[in-house]
Amino acid sequence: MAGAKEIRTQIKSIKNTQKITKAMEMVAASKMRKAQDRMLATRPYAEKIRQVIGHVAMAQAEYRHPYLEEREVRRVGMIIVSTDRGLCGGLNINLFKKAVAAMREWRDQEVEVDLCLVGTKALGFFKRMGGNVVSKVNGLGDQPRLNDMIGTIKVMLDAYDEGRIDRLVLVENEFVNTMTQQPRVSTLLPLVPSEEKELKHHWDYIYEPDTKPVLDTLLTRYIESVIYQGVVENVACEMAARMVAMKSASDNAGDLINELQLVYNKARQAAITQEISEIVSGAAAV
Amino acid sequence: MAMTFHVDIVSAEESIYSGTAQMVVAPAEGGEVGILPRHAQYIAQLKPGEVRVRVSESGEEHHIFISGGLLEVQPHVVTILADTAIRAKDLDEAEALEAKRRAEAALADHKADFDYAKAQAELIEAAARLRMIEKMRKHKG
Repeated sequence: MAGAKEIRTQIKSIKNTQKITKAMEMVAASKMRKAQDRMLATRPYAEKIRQVIGHVAMAQAEYRHPYLEEREVRRVGMIIVSTDRGLCGGLNINLFKKAVAAMREWRDQEVEVDLCLVGTKALGFFKRMGGNVVSKVNGLGDQPRLNDMIGTIKVMLDAYDEGRIDRLVLVENEFVNTMTQQPRVSTLLPLVPSEEKELKHHWDYIYEPDTKPVLDTLLTRYIESVIYQGVVENVACEMAARMVAMKSASDNAGDLINELQLVYNKARQAAITQEISEIVSGAAAV
Repeated sequence: MAMTFHVDIVSAEESIYSGTAQMVVAPAEGGEVGILPRHAQYIAQLKPGEVRVRVSESGEEHHIFISGGLLEVQPHVVTILADTAIRAKDLDEAEALEAKRRAEAALADHKADFDYAKAQAELIEAAARLRMIEKMRKHKG
């Protein structure tokens, strides 16, 4: 009965693992719901700002903000939003693959890439991979605060203002649904104003203090809010991916336990059979 | 019935207030502004302080603390785009430097030390909050 005891310990340890993965699955499910709510809560701000920017940019033809103007690309800034923790399936790896592919494309056109990393996983990855990291932020947690990201974003915006980068892109995960998260690369700067029909308003705002500072603030806030949205969306993606990964881990553990149980039963039965045959043959010898 | 208009106070993180009001008072850069229904289209930058939303004739008011932001006025809708923290140019600058430093530190693996700019920002915000609470107390007592 040598194997039986070992198998029993193995079953026990797998059961413990299963308990953990199940708990993680449930925690991720509840956190995902909250993250989704937070994701929706960030929308009105960005929408409102987009409206106002659209209006101000149109009403104010003589002042062209650098954020609204396309220029020749010599260097690109890339903001990569990843998670802080692992155990969430291929979420981060898929994202990094996409980011690296985009970087290679630019390198082929002899465009350098500056990286801005959000999340510990991205930092770890690009530390190994190599890359010009100019700023980073991690440890944002499940409820990211915009305040913690202002500095990081400002580094990139400053670089754009000073002409060190000519384009700013955001690489993050798009929350399609619970089962699907898609890595996405989107351009933040220059902002391409939506081609609106024509000037349909015949009024303008009264500005305080002036058009320029108001537009400056609006644009900065807008970019910040888009990046913030990306980070919040990434949290929702992380939770969804973790939930799915942990669910399949729990299922796999269940399958493994069933198989081992079968092996264990067979071993146990073999031992009993052997014992009986020993007793019977012993009794016959007497 | 008195005239009312719709007020939305939103920040990048959440919607703070939404409802109808008779008057809104907000701390603009050049001093407090009071907005009544059918105000002309108006955009102003806001300082940290309190926004007062008068809801009804009897003088029922909501006091909301904001850390600065933007005020957008349309004849029947007022939107306040609130910042999530006190923002000042040099403060943002400090944050940016900090982020840069953090990136360098992370690549070199050092431990972070005490953050002066952040502490100062928190102090300013706390002071503004205290002022508002005191005012509200006086108002009630």
